[in-house]
Amino acid sequence: MQETLSFIYGHINMFYILILMIFVGVEVINSVPSVLHTPLMSGANAIHGVVIIGAIIVLLNADPTNYVELLLGFLAVILGTLNVVGGFVVTDRMLEMFKKKPAKSNAKW
Amino acid sequence: MNQTILLDIIYLIGSVTFILGLKMMGKPDTARRGNTYAAFGMTLAILGTIFLHNGPIAPIIYGMLFGAFAIGGIIGWMVAKKVKMTAMPQLVSLFNGMGGACAALISIMEFHVHAGDPKTIMMVMAGLIIGSISFSGSMIAFAKLNGNLNKNPKIPGYNIINALILLITLGVGVYITVAGVTDFMWPCIDLALALLYGIMFVLPIGGADMPVVISLLNSFTGLAAASGGFLYHNKVMLTGGILVGSAGTILTIAMCKGMNRTLFSVVFGAFGEGSAAAASGGATGGSVKDISIADCAVLMNYSKKVVIVPGYGLAVAQAQHVMHELEALLEERGVEVKYAIHPVAGRMPGHMNVLMAESNVDYSKLCEMEDINPEFETTDVVFIVGANDVVNPAAKTNPASPIYGMPILEVEKAKNIIVNKRSMAAGYAGIDNELFYNPKTSMLFGDAKKVVTELVAELKTM
Repeated sequence: MQETLSFIYGHINMFYILILMIFVGVEVINSVPSVLHTPLMSGANAIHGVVIIGAIIVLLNADPTNYVELLLGFLAVILGTLNVVGGFVVTDRMLEMFKKKPAKSNAKW
Repeated sequence: MNQTILLDIIYLIGSVTFILGLKMMGKPDTARRGNTYAAFGMTLAILGTIFLHNGPIAPIIYGMLFGAFAIGGIIGWMVAKKVKMTAMPQLVSLFNGMGGACAALISIMEFHVHAGDPKTIMMVMAGLIIGSISFSGSMIAFAKLNGNLNKNPKIPGYNIINALILLITLGVGVYITVAGVTDFMWPCIDLALALLYGIMFVLPIGGADMPVVISLLNSFTGLAAASGGFLYHNKVMLTGGILVGSAGTILTIAMCKGMNRTLFSVVFGAFGEGSAAAASGGATGGSVKDISIADCAVLMNYSKKVVIVPGYGLAVAQAQHVMHELEALLEERGVEVKYAIHPVAGRMPGHMNVLMAESNVDYSKLCEMEDINPEFETTDVVFIVGANDVVNPAAKTNPASPIYGMPILEVEKAKNIIVNKRSMAAGYAGIDNELFYNPKTSMLFGDAKKVVTELVAELKTM
């Protein structure tokens, strides 16, 4: 019990962020047209690529003489980069299709 | 000290761009800019983490860091740029899996640092378990959507087996946390268990439900990232992770609503179970009627209103451009042409909109289901291209059908129905479609691109 309480107290700011972000996430997604569900999922996919920050921290703190650690950290950063770069580029490609067209584009092509 | 403050400010900017970006992605006009904002925030956060790091960095680590960026960046960029529009859903799943694997790897490496300290080990284990499930699950989803894995094997009582595996996985996690285990073997066992659970969890779920599964796994990876945020007291990881976790959950529920199914029935697999009953109970049998390209062209040419229903078959055949050509040709001759887009047509909600927009179809011509359904009564020809389940009347009439209750496009109200399919094979849900036996329906067999191209050529001669 004491442990749990001290953990919550030690991370009180984090818990505030946690709760508020849950509501922000719900609020941001609500009432989005189904047309945009796929790009939105893809965009969210790119954003959770923020896990790469953790991978970078791990690699930065790794012992330069411990090759197992270095290799695992290296791999983690590659995976994170794939998630971030691939995610944002794919989303951009999807959204590129929604660009505004000239007003009278229907009959003429 | 100043470095830390600056880094915190950078993380704050990053968090704001994520929220703003996601918000802007909810509107067609601002969506692309929103994505760019979020990407900018991410880049800033990454650079800040490296260059404002407290303490010296060995050259070898710098080298590995930028080497990893180069490898991951180039591969990610190339794959994302080269992939066909039809393959986008599995690509999202693939990238999602990479994020999950990244979270799991971080946890494995952090274990020995924090071993024995229950408060932080709890977060390490959370990241390990969630990340691993997300990784292996996403890989299975990828294989299924990519067509490498077409079976949905269901061992008897798999729900109980899966629940057991999950319980053991969580149990081991709790044991490691509470007992302060320091033996590295234990987290490895838990890693294997979580990977196994991810596979077993996705394997029995049918392909038609894959978008929901990907969206769910997407929010899982968000949570895995957030647990990393707790671990490192890193606010940008926490913000981004929880934002995706919460938004992803809402998105998952919205997708389920689009298919009129509950998340529970997707995960615990009510799908497919009723299909045997439906296959025998449906009004199958009877004969289908063929139509020639020439007849089809005449019919369309002298119609007042044609509604096109695009489906996955159109995406696979890459027929979207020639489809737009057909539409423009008909419009020139005074035929009103619209597209009826079912919310779950294709392999993902909005998949068809993306595809038709790619071929420059006017945004206003793409009608959502609720808007187009009342119009079918005044429609002369409905042209269904590579769609099946979304126009299956069994969803309204046959309570035994697994898709019963799913809102569908009410095409049977139109005067003529032309269905383009490659063969009489069942749709993705694996059930027969009585629409094909409707007296008003004519079948136009063949590859969508080839058929529509021939139609365009035929129309030009008229």
